[in-house]
Amino acid sequence: MADLGVRCAGLALRNPFLLASGVWGESGDSLAGAWKAGAGGVITKSIGATPRPGYPNPTIETYERWGLLNAMGLPNPGIEEYPREIEAAQRAGATILGSVFAGDAGEFARLACRMEEAGVVAVELNLSCPHAEGFGTEVGSEPDEVERIVRTVVAAVKIPVIAKITPNTSDPAALAAAAEHGGAAAVSAINTLRALAIDVRLRRPVLSHGLGGLSGSAIKPVGLACVWQIYESVSIPVIGVGGIMRAEDALEYLMAGARAVEVGTAVTFEGIGVFARLARDLSALLDELGFARAEDAVGAAHAKP
Amino acid sequence: MRTIVRVTDRVAETPSTVTLRFPLETHADPGQFVMVWVPGDDELPMSLSYTSGGSKGITVKVMGDTSGRMQAIQPGTLLGIRGPYGNRFDLSPRRVLVVAGGSGAAVLAPALEAGVGRGMAAVVALGATRAPELLFKDRFRAMGARVEVATDDGSEGVHGFVTVVAERTLATERFDAVWTCGPEVMMRKVVDLARPHRVPVYCSLERHMKCALGMCDACAFGPYHVCVDGPVFPGDRVSGVPDFGTFHRDPSGRRVPF
Repeated sequence: MADLGVRCAGLALRNPFLLASGVWGESGDSLAGAWKAGAGGVITKSIGATPRPGYPNPTIETYERWGLLNAMGLPNPGIEEYPREIEAAQRAGATILGSVFAGDAGEFARLACRMEEAGVVAVELNLSCPHAEGFGTEVGSEPDEVERIVRTVVAAVKIPVIAKITPNTSDPAALAAAAEHGGAAAVSAINTLRALAIDVRLRRPVLSHGLGGLSGSAIKPVGLACVWQIYESVSIPVIGVGGIMRAEDALEYLMAGARAVEVGTAVTFEGIGVFARLARDLSALLDELGFARAEDAVGAAHAKP
Repeated sequence: MRTIVRVTDRVAETPSTVTLRFPLETHADPGQFVMVWVPGDDELPMSLSYTSGGSKGITVKVMGDTSGRMQAIQPGTLLGIRGPYGNRFDLSPRRVLVVAGGSGAAVLAPALEAGVGRGMAAVVALGATRAPELLFKDRFRAMGARVEVATDDGSEGVHGFVTVVAERTLATERFDAVWTCGPEVMMRKVVDLARPHRVPVYCSLERHMKCALGMCDACAFGPYHVCVDGPVFPGDRVSGVPDFGTFHRDPSGRRVPF
């Protein structure tokens, strides 16, 4: 049995499969459920300064089993309310990473401090939501701004800071390098790809917000390319995200350079049992390919003699 | 994926509820719900009040702005339908007590129709604020069920809550199951009332929903998601959830009291 434990961003994870932000993470009971189901760690919904209802429905469109388009609009109960949800997940012993979103560096730092006080083991900065005015991609597309935000947060907290960067830009690796310069402990890539669906009978976009973000199998090759380039550009760990439905997908990300991965859309299509299955299948796959430890596969596709 | 349907019929059931019928061939089981998109407005989870055959239906009570506008929808209007989603009522019990409060009858009526079609017998405890608001009273009677009425203002049947009727009926008759839908405080009372009689209760719950796919967490209810683990829950399962009958989550995810 291959060892699935990985060290990433200063954290020791029991396996590489993290619950991606935005999935199941609004309530503490759900975070606890994902942990009990076998996730290596759970990332909260992105939390902001004040309660936010998100966009009106429809907020989601599905494509068979290959993709999911959403524009939830960053709904969240706000940082004042949210620590009680973290407490509930802590009672289950979960390894909890706190995701936050903000419009400027100072607010990112304040939110990260509150997350640290609430007891999360690391904070992930949402610099990449593709469909929220004033947040996400809008503050995370310029390397200088990414570096400034990361530096401000790193100065404010003791826990590791992870920058989740956007693929909706010409040079994601430059954003990762900026995060590294700012002192990030890791970068996660990618967030969803900006996307659109139209109902032809109604002659209008399906989502109330119009534009949304695409996730699922459809974006895996894009995520892999970003992780590949980032791995060659930075020395901090990379967390791979995008279309991980099977153990093979996860191993591709590890070989591209990721030390851990985030799983989201697969929970929608398969249920929370996906975490136990991915861990079991990855262990078997590593055995088959002769890797004693998941960590031994990290970056394995890069160096060819 | 969604189906765009054209509303064929609009029926005012009571002063506060309206049924909209539309063609939808997709199979649906009693207890399931659909996401109903009013283009340009919003998309809401609605229990199917008509589940059999190719003409499905929803029965809308005004709960907020969108449901209010939904009531005004006329035949010919286009709606987007996703689903059906969620689980269903188990139709195997031989004799059930149906406890319906207000618009809760909307999901219980098609379930009992399906049950009666398999030989089920039933007593229906039907409650409303006042006599004209008793939803599907004639529809339940047409199934051959005995309907016992309670109204808050005493304008028909027992003057008081429908739980009074449920309590009395449970004390004097034998049932294999209790089905209930209505205000959650009412359903919690029904679960408590049935416990000493050792009759299993099945509650149809309602929560704010966004994805309806078990992903977004909007309908988180203790360890469950109402959209995929429900909406029909055994009473012994929900009675262990602290939120049952007391809290729900608003669209931001904040726990707020009913």
